[in-house]
Amino acid sequence: MAQHNPQTIDELRGIISDACAGGGKLEITGGGTRVAFGAPNRAADQLSLKSFSGIIEYDPAELVLTAQAGTALAELNEAVAARGQGFAFEPFGAASSTIGGVIAAGVAGARRVSAGSARDHLLGFKGVSGRGEFFNAGSKVVKNVTGYDLPKLVCGSWGRLAALTEVTLKVLPRPPERLTLLWRGLADEAGFALMRAAMGQPVDVAAAAHLPGQATLIRLDGFGPSVAARAAYLETSLASHGVPERLNEAEAAPLWAKAREGEDLPVEPPLWRLSLPPRQALTAIAPLLALGGHYVADWAGGLIWLALNGHEDEIRRQAAAAGGHATLVRAPEEMRARVPALHPQAPGIEALSRRVRRAFDPLGVFETNRFLDETNAD
Amino acid sequence: MSLKMPLPDQRVLARRDEIIAALRLIVPGEGVIDRPAELRAYETDGLTAYRQPPMVAVLPETVEQVAAVLRYCHRHGVKVVPRGSGTSLSGGALPLADAVLLAMGKFNKVLEVDYEDRLAVVQPGVTNLAITKAVEGEGFYYAPDPSSQIACSIGGNVAENSGGVHCLKYGLTTNNVLGVQLVTMDGEILRSGGKALDPAGLDLLGIIVGSEGLLGVVTEVTVRILPKPETARALLIGFPTVESAGQCVADTIAAGIIPAGMEMMDKPAIHAAEAFVNAGYPLDVEALLIVELDGPAVECDHLTGEVEAIARKNGAATLRIARDDAERATFWAGRKAAFPAVGRISADYLCMDGTIPRAKLPHVLQRMRELSAQYGLGVANVFHAGDGNLHPLILYDASKPGDLERAEEFGADILRLCVEVGGVLTGEHGVGVEKRDLMPAMFSEDDLRQQQRLKCAFDPDSLLNPGKVFPTLHRCAELGRMHVHHGALPFPELPRF
Repeated sequence: MAQHNPQTIDELRGIISDACAGGGKLEITGGGTRVAFGAPNRAADQLSLKSFSGIIEYDPAELVLTAQAGTALAELNEAVAARGQGFAFEPFGAASSTIGGVIAAGVAGARRVSAGSARDHLLGFKGVSGRGEFFNAGSKVVKNVTGYDLPKLVCGSWGRLAALTEVTLKVLPRPPERLTLLWRGLADEAGFALMRAAMGQPVDVAAAAHLPGQATLIRLDGFGPSVAARAAYLETSLASHGVPERLNEAEAAPLWAKAREGEDLPVEPPLWRLSLPPRQALTAIAPLLALGGHYVADWAGGLIWLALNGHEDEIRRQAAAAGGHATLVRAPEEMRARVPALHPQAPGIEALSRRVRRAFDPLGVFETNRFLDETNAD
Repeated sequence: MSLKMPLPDQRVLARRDEIIAALRLIVPGEGVIDRPAELRAYETDGLTAYRQPPMVAVLPETVEQVAAVLRYCHRHGVKVVPRGSGTSLSGGALPLADAVLLAMGKFNKVLEVDYEDRLAVVQPGVTNLAITKAVEGEGFYYAPDPSSQIACSIGGNVAENSGGVHCLKYGLTTNNVLGVQLVTMDGEILRSGGKALDPAGLDLLGIIVGSEGLLGVVTEVTVRILPKPETARALLIGFPTVESAGQCVADTIAAGIIPAGMEMMDKPAIHAAEAFVNAGYPLDVEALLIVELDGPAVECDHLTGEVEAIARKNGAATLRIARDDAERATFWAGRKAAFPAVGRISADYLCMDGTIPRAKLPHVLQRMRELSAQYGLGVANVFHAGDGNLHPLILYDASKPGDLERAEEFGADILRLCVEVGGVLTGEHGVGVEKRDLMPAMFSEDDLRQQQRLKCAFDPDSLLNPGKVFPTLHRCAELGRMHVHHGALPFPELPRF
């Protein structure tokens, strides 16, 4: 399979139009950190957007940053941190991760539960559709309702709508203090109840996670005096769960990293990511744990990382019954070849989603069968 | 009126009686309104310059009725205009002479509140404020708070992606909605989003919110509710110049402070508001800022001190800190009444809604003064200063021939100016019919066609709320065409290698 590495928007348009004309397939890549997501052996040329790199515009006072989509996430994090700011959705990735990849995969960290996801922070983008047309969507200001909100749609679209060349993101002041309250040894029920109780208090909890058998974490972000007052409030109102330890940012970081991607879970079984209504989460996963599953919970219980061999139908059945869904994140090739990475949805939504994709990519240039939901584009 | 809407389809008008009879079979009793005197109640929304009674109004009570009405209209080629409370400021619910007006007011129940997962499931006709009322007893509230919140419906908020004074900190409607039930034009009932945070596949919810009633009819909404902050404090700060007020806003954000609300008014707006509600606003200043901080008391105290210092450094002429909630409410009373206050000093006004990069404010206000002189029409400005969302109120008199047209041209010039300095046509009111013809100032033909193709994925016959948002109606077949024949390359002008 060929590897394309366009340097200009015209070259990118040319590659996509050639694929249109020749019936070719293109798989868009950024840092290439998520190629093992979805079905293997995709018959597609690689279309790398790595050359579209660099910050175009960053005005801290306007809370807005525009960068080329192939810019490394690390470079952006560094640039905004230097001005005391950050991305509130706490995107994360490997050393080579690009912002375009973060957007396409809809990545968000622990603060997603309070600050929203990539979709809540992408203000605008430019890109080339599957028709080979260059287009612009959204804007470069923080408040805009002009036209359809296409930036929401490209977040988590996995490169199936357009090749992003430029993105504009909202940035926010970085909280001067981050304090983690840590309760040790709470049973699962108690840990989840604690997270729900904390989220319901008027203390603006930034993040909440539960590492079974180890720790239940509540994070408070903000100005020093405020964080101290809120921590004291929570210690009192949650006193029935015991007295928590207070961890500073550096002390707490390794624990939050475990919740973020389940890095402590056994590596051999397939890894699943369940998005669930927090109150239903434990009920949904109880039968899966009985089958030998291991888990960690982030987003106050709304995100479950589950490591479990086999039982893919049962995992999806339980997630759906609870009102959520299950994404297959990591698995052997054999399994990825037969189990769709994304949770199949109701037929009406699947059909509408397909029509939406065709609205951007009528010939299916970006359909590489990675998601096992397209036989052939029409 | 200067606005051109799609020409009524005479074949549909000729079948009016038959259509009404069919609708009566779906929605019995009082739910179908066809008498001209009663239809007049629906002839306009918050953009009162435009009026057009619908062919018929239907008030369904169940999702099955909504689906049946849409299925019937789809099959018979009848256009449909959805309506919530009819408070749109951009004409989003303006009826069409040959269309069914689908009024969702009877969907007025709060279906479920889940305090543990902090969400509420409500019907679309529930008012914005009623959601807060339903949950405030337990210490919760629904954050987006458009000024019309006592009247506007959550379904309308979803259609328009409504904002409010608190959206710099708490986001627009789109950031506070978890899921919807939606009926598409062909009568299919779908769910997008729900009680979980992330979508399973494409984020269709993300485009449904803010789609101005063009993609489907929302029949149920799941919203996020938040614990009500313990305390709120407000500062009222007068400045000798707009520039110094603007610098105070920039310095506040640079200090890492995101206030719950940060509102600016210019001199004409201050005077109109003060004359109306006697809020105690200083009259000898050029700009007035209201800064509201919320959170734990200790945080409010800390940040109030910080903002006060920043304001004084920027030469604040007057500065008051509300001593209690009653005084805080007084500070807000003038701002919240700014529109009716301006209504008292002028026969009519047009409310604009552009967003600009905040640094461009002095330039934009200066240009606005020049345009005001050029058009011979007054303008008062209220401004969501934190996020750069401007609301210039253009004063005119509809009874004077040519005044409305001049006001509209003035407004269009302001919005073009917003785009020119890097901003947008609308920050929270929507495009509707009002800004429809200005869309090419912000988007290229390719940009607009791509958006319209999305519309085609939901409503290929363009029956749902046509004539809104897009300046040119393209047929979906034309939009979908790809010029690829027998291996011939599209875009032959592009370099090949």
